[in-house]
Amino acid sequence: MELDMDRFRQIFLQECAENLAVLESDLLALERGSGDEDCIHRVFRAAHSIKGGAGTFGLKAMSGFTHHLETLLDELRSGKRSIDANLVSLMLKATDVIAQMRGDAEGGGEGQSPEADAVRGQLEAALGMAAAPPEQAKASAAQGSGDWQLVMQPHGDILASGNEPLRLLRELAALGFKVISVSLGALHQGNYQPEHCYLGWTLAGPGQIPEADIREIFEWVEDECDISLSRQAGPAEAAPQPQAEAKAQVAEAKAAPEQSIRIDIRKIDALINLVGELVITQSMLASLEGLGGEAIEERFSRGLSLLKSNTKALQESVLGIRMLPISFAFNRFPRLVRDLAKQLGKDVDLKLVGEQTELDKTVLERIGDPLVHMVRNALDHGIEQPGQRRQAGKNPKGTLTLSACHEGGNVVIDIRDDGAGLNKEKLWQKACEKGLPLTQEHKLEELSDGQVYDLIFAPGFSTAAAVSDLSGRGVGMDVVKRNISELGGSVEIQSQLGRGTLFRIRLPLTMAILDGQLVAVGDELFVIPLINIVESLKVEPDCLLKAGGGVVFYQLRQEMLPVIWLAELLGTQGEPGPLPLLCVVEAAGRKLGLVVDALLAQQQVVIKSLEQNFRRLPGISGATILGDGQVCLILDVPGLVSRQVGRDSDSAAVSAA
Amino acid sequence: MTSILAADDSASIREMVQFTLESAGYQVQCAEDGAKALALAQTRQFDVVISDVNMPNLDGIGLTKALRALPAYQFTPILILTTESSPEKKAEGKGAGATGWIIKPFNPETLLKTLDKVR
Repeated sequence: MELDMDRFRQIFLQECAENLAVLESDLLALERGSGDEDCIHRVFRAAHSIKGGAGTFGLKAMSGFTHHLETLLDELRSGKRSIDANLVSLMLKATDVIAQMRGDAEGGGEGQSPEADAVRGQLEAALGMAAAPPEQAKASAAQGSGDWQLVMQPHGDILASGNEPLRLLRELAALGFKVISVSLGALHQGNYQPEHCYLGWTLAGPGQIPEADIREIFEWVEDECDISLSRQAGPAEAAPQPQAEAKAQVAEAKAAPEQSIRIDIRKIDALINLVGELVITQSMLASLEGLGGEAIEERFSRGLSLLKSNTKALQESVLGIRMLPISFAFNRFPRLVRDLAKQLGKDVDLKLVGEQTELDKTVLERIGDPLVHMVRNALDHGIEQPGQRRQAGKNPKGTLTLSACHEGGNVVIDIRDDGAGLNKEKLWQKACEKGLPLTQEHKLEELSDGQVYDLIFAPGFSTAAAVSDLSGRGVGMDVVKRNISELGGSVEIQSQLGRGTLFRIRLPLTMAILDGQLVAVGDELFVIPLINIVESLKVEPDCLLKAGGGVVFYQLRQEMLPVIWLAELLGTQGEPGPLPLLCVVEAAGRKLGLVVDALLAQQQVVIKSLEQNFRRLPGISGATILGDGQVCLILDVPGLVSRQVGRDSDSAAVSAA
Repeated sequence: MTSILAADDSASIREMVQFTLESAGYQVQCAEDGAKALALAQTRQFDVVISDVNMPNLDGIGLTKALRALPAYQFTPILILTTESSPEKKAEGKGAGATGWIIKPFNPETLLKTLDKVR
């Protein structure tokens, strides 16, 4: 039978990823000693499933490799071996190799990994295998010339295992055997039991049947059926030979890597439901066609409002499909923290909170690397060595907490450590050495804590070769911040010297739509993401202060905000409104005032990529289409803020378009 | 039509078994562990049971024992999917009352061929 195994291979690869996650997290739990009785069984089953599936779906290397891991796990499971850190490390390494093999297979390869041989060697050494057992050559069946004679006597209880002499006879007949005689055995004795087998048979078959084929028929009943097989002298009778089965050619078509997503069935049900509602609404509206009179107006508007609510619900549902729990991003951290802590000689406890918090798949995929970076930093520079901690009167074991929750239309991810905290003076000193612009314009006392902490996100800071001499964490953090900004999110730092540091990342739930504030600048309309808007107020001319270099500040209560006239910046046409408004926006903990002419509606807008449809414009993050068909640009607030406040040379500086 | 109950905790194997057997004209129901298979077996009579060994909740050996204890499954062929062909594994299956075994990895052809033996 020809069967396209590729379709099952995809399911297997996804399942394999799930099993790998089980392997990793349960191995770590075993090492910590927090694994329960089921843990080792789960680990074993995961490895076992991978091996079985890999073998079945044609990934020989993966199956063979996993076999070694499984054997180790089997020894653990049966108590032949006890667990220790080295063994866990080795098994985790093996898990990595399998993950690489899986990745290779997903990309259309044969499931290979460059590290397979090295790790296999280590597994074999751990198993005490001198060398791979040599392939046992199969004994070829002796070819005799005489016909076969076969006497088979099933045991009385053969039926209890679901085996049936009738089936054995059928298979023998297929080989060309014929029944010569039947013995009735103890059938005639008094205590007849219907579930017992009493009969025995003597059969004869052509001599050219290989002995192995005959023995194979009895494979399952070796100890439930006595057989004696012998050759008779004399010429063989020609008998039908079973057709040699041509091996089905396995198609080697390499599947293109397919992006798939596993969706909770309830989400699909809800979606189908909504589409049903939509169809009903549509037919309701359609029924109005051609009608006249006053009554129609009311029915029409009722229909429209129904359509509106259906569309909104449908949109939310469809976006919900792309929503995945953040555990997909968090899952890698137990392993990462373990390995890194070991490497750094630190003792760190990782806590994960709110793993079920959902966010868009795209956001999830892109937040992974920045998170890794921040966790690494927290471990490397935040949490102190156990000795240092003990001296400071702290628990020698540090705690790193990763948590996620929904807040309004955003996801808030916290990375909190109980380490040394950020030292403002040392940060400032470092920034002065680096000659960062902020240090030339301000004194330390003039700045808020947040502004000083934000120095570690400055591009110049990251080039520091040795930041470990202070508790600053400059390595590559500018990239982290940029990545988060590109997702439309922000990062904020809170820290207490000696007590720890908190990085708070705020992200939009999805990148497909956003809640926007429509503003008018001259004759044109723009959208400002609502997430960035702190407040809007009437501009009091008295509060505008001109500084040198054409920079204007606005005194908002105790704060001085830099101000940008959007009409100037964007070069819009048309007269400014009579009453300028100040829209205070915030990104990355910094505020900026944007002067606009009018605030219009707040609405959800569908984001269209400007880059894909036109080209990238500095200061603009995308475009949308309004209800009347007008194309409207969406302002890139993080870009504007970093240009104006941080004056980061490499960030998207706005030039008059 | 021959009806088959297949128990395996791996979704890909389940799908493959189901598809293969249904394409060959069998009627198939799947269960993701032994406990679910046992519950299904009690709702109706299956002609053949195919079961994986390693499964959560109730493994293949346990399932076989439990089925054999039911009058309706006293003589029903039960095939164990096993990755090892060692005599001990076979003896373990046999001891529980299994009819035979299918050695993993298996492909659709071997599955159908093996099933042919007990049909």
